Amino acid sequence: MDVRFINPFLNGTLNVLTTMAFVEPKPGKPYLKKDSLASGDVSGIIGLTGSATGSMALSFSEGAILKVASNILGEEIREINDDITDAVGEITNMVSGAARKELESIGLTVTAAIPTVVAGKDHLIKHVLGGPSIIIPFEIEEGLFAVDVCISTLKGT
Amino acid sequence: MDIDKNMGIVVVDDFATMRKVIKNLLKQAGYKNITEAEDGVEALKVLKSEKVDFIISDWNMPNMNGLEFLKAVRADSKLSGLPFLMVTAEGLKENVVLAIKAGVSGYIVKPFTAAVLSEKIEQIAEKL
Repeated sequence: MDVRFINPFLNGTLNVLTTMAFVEPKPGKPYLKKDSLASGDVSGIIGLTGSATGSMALSFSEGAILKVASNILGEEIREINDDITDAVGEITNMVSGAARKELESIGLTVTAAIPTVVAGKDHLIKHVLGGPSIIIPFEIEEGLFAVDVCISTLKGT
Repeated sequence: MDIDKNMGIVVVDDFATMRKVIKNLLKQAGYKNITEAEDGVEALKVLKSEKVDFIISDWNMPNMNGLEFLKAVRADSKLSGLPFLMVTAEGLKENVVLAIKAGVSGYIVKPFTAAVLSEKIEQIAEKL
């Protein structure tokens, strides 16, 4: 996968979470992932089409999403429930939007579908392109989360 | 100019999270009459049954998306004059142009701060 795709998703994630959830995630070193196992307990997945095609997932550990969703909603949430899955869907939507805006600046016009959310220990993330995907890990005090991106331009570059 | 904090506002978004975020911010800014709808279809029903003075709508929604909803509002002689603020993750230039051509009153790209939302509403309301 093209390394040009990393920064838009990294920057988009930081932008959304600092602005809407008032947390300051620390990004780790991106790496390649070949299996479908999610790195978190709840994941939002969104399909991408246009001059680059594929999918992006945002996968949160329980600790991280409870903090992030509580901050966004302005109330303490103590367990993964419907409020959490709804919040993960909207965060995925916003990160995709912010990343796609940055991709547009490097000449790639990408549109997105409506996200879906999967929750549960050891759930799978099935990318449209099959994989491998690039994982961009992040950390906040309350836990880990990661962006899991698998996209390719039409030429397959 | 003082903004009427009693004006009826409908917040349209398929995600309850974003409806709640916007509703909380509006309440903090002093707005009192806020209604919610999950998509354009539901929002049109609200517009026909309740007094609404200001629309805040997402773009990406099932059933009827924000752009289709905007066009439906502008095509209805009883609703066409309503201020319509699009609050969306769709920041692509071609989409902003589409919304402007369809008659959007204002456009905010998510993520956004409370200050941005408040300022944009006041800018639009002052022109009424």
